[in-house]
Amino acid sequence: MKKAGQLWKIFFSTLYLSAFTFGGGYVIITLLKQKFVDDLHWIDEEEMLDLVAIAQSSPGPIAVNGAVAVGYKLAGLPGILTAVAGAILPPFVILTLISLFYTAFRDNSVIQALLRGMRAGVCAVILSVVCDMTFGMMKARDWVLIPMMLTAFAANYFFHVSAVWIILTAALLGVLRTVLRAKRGGASA
Amino acid sequence: MIYGQLFIAFLQIGALSFGGGYAAMPLIRAQTVERYGWLSPEGFTDLVTIAEMTPGPIAVNAATFVGNQLAGISGAAVATLGVILVPCLFATALAWLYRRYRKLSLMQGVLQTLRPAVVALIFAAGLNILIPTLFRSGIVSFAAGNPDIRAAILFSAAFVLMRTKKLRRKPILIMAGCGLAELAAQLLLQ
Repeated sequence: MKKAGQLWKIFFSTLYLSAFTFGGGYVIITLLKQKFVDDLHWIDEEEMLDLVAIAQSSPGPIAVNGAVAVGYKLAGLPGILTAVAGAILPPFVILTLISLFYTAFRDNSVIQALLRGMRAGVCAVILSVVCDMTFGMMKARDWVLIPMMLTAFAANYFFHVSAVWIILTAALLGVLRTVLRAKRGGASA
Repeated sequence: MIYGQLFIAFLQIGALSFGGGYAAMPLIRAQTVERYGWLSPEGFTDLVTIAEMTPGPIAVNAATFVGNQLAGISGAAVATLGVILVPCLFATALAWLYRRYRKLSLMQGVLQTLRPAVVALIFAAGLNILIPTLFRSGIVSFAAGNPDIRAAILFSAAFVLMRTKKLRRKPILIMAGCGLAELAAQLLLQ
């Protein structure tokens, strides 16, 4: 009985967080911490930092990965399934409704004007995020990264190499570099 | 088979988007616009705009939207399952490894080398949206009638606001403002 109660609480927590979190994965990570560390006291602060690192090290949406890490820690496999179901249900329902709406209203002139204006806004948001990410990357003072960035950009933008291949190549280089460093540096890696 | 294609396309998007929400954007474009042609470039831009205005991860939003457009609610379910499958397995494996060995540094080394590629791809995807927004023909040229002055003003204003401390955490407010400004301009100029 107690177990089922905990699962419901996990489900409603991630459902609620996912339904009201605008502005990307990092926001939801903060809210997961508030809920499960500060509010429910189910996870201690230090362990939460590691769960966040797990979420950020996995591919895919951070909100989903965060739900996996928290769900696993709290209740194993049933915890994962409940937490992930809670996290994806709100966007699934909302985007299904919008998809119907979009098809019906795409040709409406008011909707078109709003989308047109918002398009200029979304460009600004994306480029601002790129600025933040570039500055953050430069702080690492790892000078191999800048030529890598320029090469990846040129390959995708000018030579139309698919994003899939660029990510796979960079991941392979990352694995090689990490393994070489670990061999050379021993414990320092 | 549309369900198989949806599943595989979104499986790849989920499996390869390292580094949070925006990292998925170039991969969504590669699969839905370039590879399968499910979305036009304008449709992709609308999708990114809608995803930014609604709660939830962009990859899940995209899977639900594209799945629904192509094959209704069951298409949406298949695409969503595809997009979260590898991330869920990967995060579970990491959580399990972490419980046993308490060490994540190897993965973080790999991520550091991945980051420049991720940033470069997001930048390229951003330019692919920006240029058709600022230039009516989709080509950078200052021939009469080609640059969209109003879009350029909206973009510049939004970018400046995004760089201020007060509004940088409120992208939805900025985007809604741009939408309303465009609507007001069209109504006034009609």
